[in-house]
Amino acid sequence: MSRIFAIATKEIRQLRRDRLTFGMIVGIPLLQMLLFGYAINFDVRGLSAAVVDEARTSMSRALIADMQASGVVRVSEYDASIGDLRRSLRSGEVSIGVYIPADFERRRLDGDRPLAQLLVDGSEPTIENIARAFVAMPLPKRAGVYQASRQVFEVRTEYNPEKRTAVQIVPALIGVILTMTMTMFTAVAIVRERERGNLELLITTPASPLELMLGKLVPYVFIGLIQTTLVLLLGVLLFHVPINGSLWAFYLAALLFIAATLTLGLIASTLAETQMQAFQMSIFVLLPSILLSGFVFPFDGMPPVARWIAQLLPLTHFVELVRGIVLRGAGLAELQVPIYKLLAFTAVALTVVTLRFHKRLD
Amino acid sequence: MNARAESGPAISARNLTRRFGKLTAVDHVSLDIPRASIYGFLGPNGSGKSTTIRMLCGLLRPSEGECTVLGHPVAREAEKLRLKIGYMTQRFSLWEDLTVQENLDFIGRIFGLDGQVRAARIAERLRQYHLEDRRGQRAGTMSGGQKQRLALAAATLHEPELLLLDEPTSAVDPQSRRDFWESLFELVDRGTTILVSTHYMDEAERCHGLAILDRGRLVAEGSPRRLMDSIDAIVIEIEADDVRGARRALDGEDFVKSVAQLGNRLHALLDPQRTDPEGSIRALLEKQGVQGKVERVRASLEDVFVAATRFTADDEAALAGRASARQAVHAGESG
Repeated sequence: MSRIFAIATKEIRQLRRDRLTFGMIVGIPLLQMLLFGYAINFDVRGLSAAVVDEARTSMSRALIADMQASGVVRVSEYDASIGDLRRSLRSGEVSIGVYIPADFERRRLDGDRPLAQLLVDGSEPTIENIARAFVAMPLPKRAGVYQASRQVFEVRTEYNPEKRTAVQIVPALIGVILTMTMTMFTAVAIVRERERGNLELLITTPASPLELMLGKLVPYVFIGLIQTTLVLLLGVLLFHVPINGSLWAFYLAALLFIAATLTLGLIASTLAETQMQAFQMSIFVLLPSILLSGFVFPFDGMPPVARWIAQLLPLTHFVELVRGIVLRGAGLAELQVPIYKLLAFTAVALTVVTLRFHKRLD
Repeated sequence: MNARAESGPAISARNLTRRFGKLTAVDHVSLDIPRASIYGFLGPNGSGKSTTIRMLCGLLRPSEGECTVLGHPVAREAEKLRLKIGYMTQRFSLWEDLTVQENLDFIGRIFGLDGQVRAARIAERLRQYHLEDRRGQRAGTMSGGQKQRLALAAATLHEPELLLLDEPTSAVDPQSRRDFWESLFELVDRGTTILVSTHYMDEAERCHGLAILDRGRLVAEGSPRRLMDSIDAIVIEIEADDVRGARRALDGEDFVKSVAQLGNRLHALLDPQRTDPEGSIRALLEKQGVQGKVERVRASLEDVFVAATRFTADDEAALAGRASARQAVHAGESG
């Protein structure tokens, strides 16, 4: 324990003197935040949807079939009540809810109210747009089902009623920034010691590989938490991102994610021989993380291979967690799956690292 | 320090071999290094000195053979050895962005020295190695000699029984080297065993025992004096006005194994079987019309080194490789 403390102290001292790295701790979140927050808007299809059909008539079933035929939504579950549907939405299992009320037939005949409701998860950037497009899209006209000028759906955006991109982007951006900095910092920190010859000395000391690794990681956990707080603070101050869930749950999710990305950085450090290589490897992780994690594009539109790769990226699970907690106000109990996935990732990665790291030069 | 009280050699290696792919860096080296002495590895770059030292402290696994250090078989008990050995790497391997005090404090913590002991030990080392007024200076800004004293202070902070020093003086001026060796003898007085690799002849000569390594093989071993007395060559010195002419006179003669020029003198190693060596040389000089004084002299350690490394050569490529290595040795001696 005292050795871990010694290594951590040394690491912090060095960090304080390395102005470039120190600057990046604050600079990267700041830059990304402004970039993504102000400059980016998105658009997609194939969203998973939950349906509550209280009407249960041939016409309501025809409507659901038409929706699916459009290719924009894919019905993945049928719920009994609007309450169940909201729960699925909040836990992130589905992105869109279709609610067909019991008086569907009457609405159909009256013709002055929308026939059904679309409940949209506003915490994901692109889904909102899709829903809008969906409403505007003419469904095939079945005789007598809906008339030409009739508005079929009424859209209700949940969790982000003003439909602001920044609100959708900011929480997940914490994950992108952490992926970038945590992976890179740890990988570089260890490879640098190897390059400068410090490692040859370190491994002739009584410090065990685990002590070496943990001592190296501890300071970065705090740096990660600082960055997390920084981005969240900026998000709230600049973009008025609401924090709907508990702050404790949020920080717990952040900690789990930081642990996962740090071990990922450690793996990179056992593979890379120069700081440049370590740097490249962290970019190699970053790109698929941004594209496949659900940060930018919803999973529902991705081919199976991409989804499978996404499952291996810690960011995927963090994005799911953080949007659930911060925007949808979900509790940890509702988000057990991504939590366990992050834990599993960290455990496997740490095992790989300790197996790969020998106190030898060969 | 109870190293003296314990029996058996500090280091014992049997057929230690290390291969990197096709290259055999260390080739069946066997040696015993007695406790409380300074033992030197002398050899050109690439002769396997560093690789051997790294195997002895468990950083590299031998491809063949085994070694026991301070009674511990290295292969199985490397971790137990960590507290008993101090290792000074060839390259400065402390942290250049930490201060002298911070570096020593870190090493002290890593070796598990408790607060008071650590503070006292650090103060002692700072005094011993004249670093007291450098305490707050970053290691990266210090001179070669200062860095090396810091490295020695760090390597001895936990009072190891065995010190492994890999070319400790390669970036250090002559006065600092002299001081450094003084501190090594002080450590030996207190019972520490020291293994030091070098390519400087004057340093090698200071060791109690010496192993000459060449292309991974142990080619000569013993105390410097014994090695010089039992050299397998005749050493001749020629003083001549026309030194270059004298040199040409010796060229191409089979019994002349090596010639080196030192100012207006030539230093030649001859085949030990040669009868009347002085006469043969005088005859050669006369044939070329060169005036000179020929004298048989005592072998120096460099002669031992040249004889040991050159005479064992058995292929041209190796010869070419060692020519440059010998230059390094010469350069070292004049430095």
